[in-house]
Amino acid sequence: MTETGPVEMLHAAFPDTIQDVQTFRGDVTVVVDAAQIAKVCTHCRDTKGLDYNFLSDVTGIDYFPQEPRFGVAYHLYSMIHNHSLRLKVLLPGDAPEVQSVTPVFPAANWQEREIFDLLGITFTGHPDLRRILMPQGWDGHPLRKDYPLGYETVQFSFNYDDVDKHKPYAKE
Amino acid sequence: MTIMESRWEGNLEELRGLVSDRAMTGETMVLNMGPQHPSTHGVLRLMLELDGETIINCVPDIGYLHTGIEKNMEAKKYEQAITMTDRTDYLNPMGNNFAFCLAIEKLIDLDVPIRAQYLRVILAELTRINSHLVWLGTHALDIGAMSVFLYCFREREKLLDIFEIVSGQRMMSTYFRPGGLWRDVPDEFEPAVRDFLGYFPAKIDDYEKLLSNNPLWLDRTQGIGFISTEDAIRLGCSGPTLRGSDVNWDIRKALPYSSYDHFEFDVPLGKHGDVYDRYVIRMEEMRQSLHIVQQALDRLPGGPTRSNNRKYVPPPRAELGQSMEAVIHHFKLWTEGFRPPKGEVYVRLESPRGELGCFLASDGSPRPWRVRFRTPSFVHLSVLPHMSQGYMIADLVGIIGSIDIVLGDCDR
Repeated sequence: MTETGPVEMLHAAFPDTIQDVQTFRGDVTVVVDAAQIAKVCTHCRDTKGLDYNFLSDVTGIDYFPQEPRFGVAYHLYSMIHNHSLRLKVLLPGDAPEVQSVTPVFPAANWQEREIFDLLGITFTGHPDLRRILMPQGWDGHPLRKDYPLGYETVQFSFNYDDVDKHKPYAKE
Repeated sequence: MTIMESRWEGNLEELRGLVSDRAMTGETMVLNMGPQHPSTHGVLRLMLELDGETIINCVPDIGYLHTGIEKNMEAKKYEQAITMTDRTDYLNPMGNNFAFCLAIEKLIDLDVPIRAQYLRVILAELTRINSHLVWLGTHALDIGAMSVFLYCFREREKLLDIFEIVSGQRMMSTYFRPGGLWRDVPDEFEPAVRDFLGYFPAKIDDYEKLLSNNPLWLDRTQGIGFISTEDAIRLGCSGPTLRGSDVNWDIRKALPYSSYDHFEFDVPLGKHGDVYDRYVIRMEEMRQSLHIVQQALDRLPGGPTRSNNRKYVPPPRAELGQSMEAVIHHFKLWTEGFRPPKGEVYVRLESPRGELGCFLASDGSPRPWRVRFRTPSFVHLSVLPHMSQGYMIADLVGIIGSIDIVLGDCDR
């Protein structure tokens, strides 16, 4: 299945927004400007010939220690043309923030909350951005690569405060 | 109004935006349901805003079963991580293995022998029946039909026996591996499945006799939990929940994987988008699954059940005594694991509940960089408020049953 048609259509509509197009094992990834993601999604949904009417999944990825550190991938699917497309935005490690696509695809609501919860990416314009899997008072974002898994760093007197800062317990 | 043991610390201000303003003045009641409620299918907590018995707002609170499976998988080698997938959706263990293995196979472009593909289809469909049996039993139990539950679990034992025959485990099978299956099925497998194929159709008829025309069942399921075609697509429904609203989208048909295009089966559709239609669809899906299993078993080809690509698949035990190369591959695979190329893939398959997606990112190391399961329960639960608004509180358990959630699948 070639995906050149939709990608060319996107290129024509957003010449400056599309930063990169990658194809790997038949999966087409279109990297777009983070500031334009809601606009691109609306275009993908409403344009005849694209008709991506179904948002399967929104995923966050932490590329630590690379910069830009975070990626958010949107897996779109068109039930009309049986096409899939992955849109991706790259976000800086410092205060990552991206537009919410929940107004365009309401299916993104909880998935964006999950990314906010586990990766600490803020979605502006989200109607109800709260933690969803972790307790409301949790400190830190567990899916980040610098968040420890299961074990904790041993605290000595010389690094007590330093370690305490990123210790994974709920702070009151 | 009291809010007991709230994770919102009982602060009314924090509820603003989640419930209507009428709750602030005490005009409507905010009621807690769960997480230890027998009809929420696990540890689901709902915060309900009620006007009398009518649901004004329903705010699900999840995460009680969050075990960090995705994070844990990042720390494990690919072969080790498969065992984690069983534990997400515990009613569909083979289906989760399936999704993860398909993602790995897509990532490294690994071939799967045709016999393994057919056996995977057989086992995935039996798992679907297994999952639907638990769904039917608990759904009926929620609505008040006790005996259906007992019958469903009786039939389910036969399926669990089949899983035990192939993998040695009743539930956490970890039978699917990258490139095929753990081992070929033993001789007892085929007679056991044929026995089930002969035994089960009459049982589906029995369930339908108990329920389909039962006036109580009709009263409790028809015309509630309605979701329109447009809303179902917009809100991300998939599987029987989507097809109940008359959308013909089955991933087995639309994007066939693992030779599903070799088999004939129908995709049942509903017209009304209510709880009853979703029930009818799942009942028919069980019959179609039997039909697929019958075809796959009749046409089951011979040959290997695992890929011959030694860089990713360990050699058979018999080779280890004779071939130095096999010993080296074995050693490398069990100490270091395999290294897929750098890249990101997304696969989707039709789980009993809907679209199960697996996003897998590799950085070229023996451990996955990021694994993400797009689970149908998670998305369907986010649709629950939309489905339940305006209905009676007594209908809520029926609506929860009809979207067939598994909290392990939802919270991961």
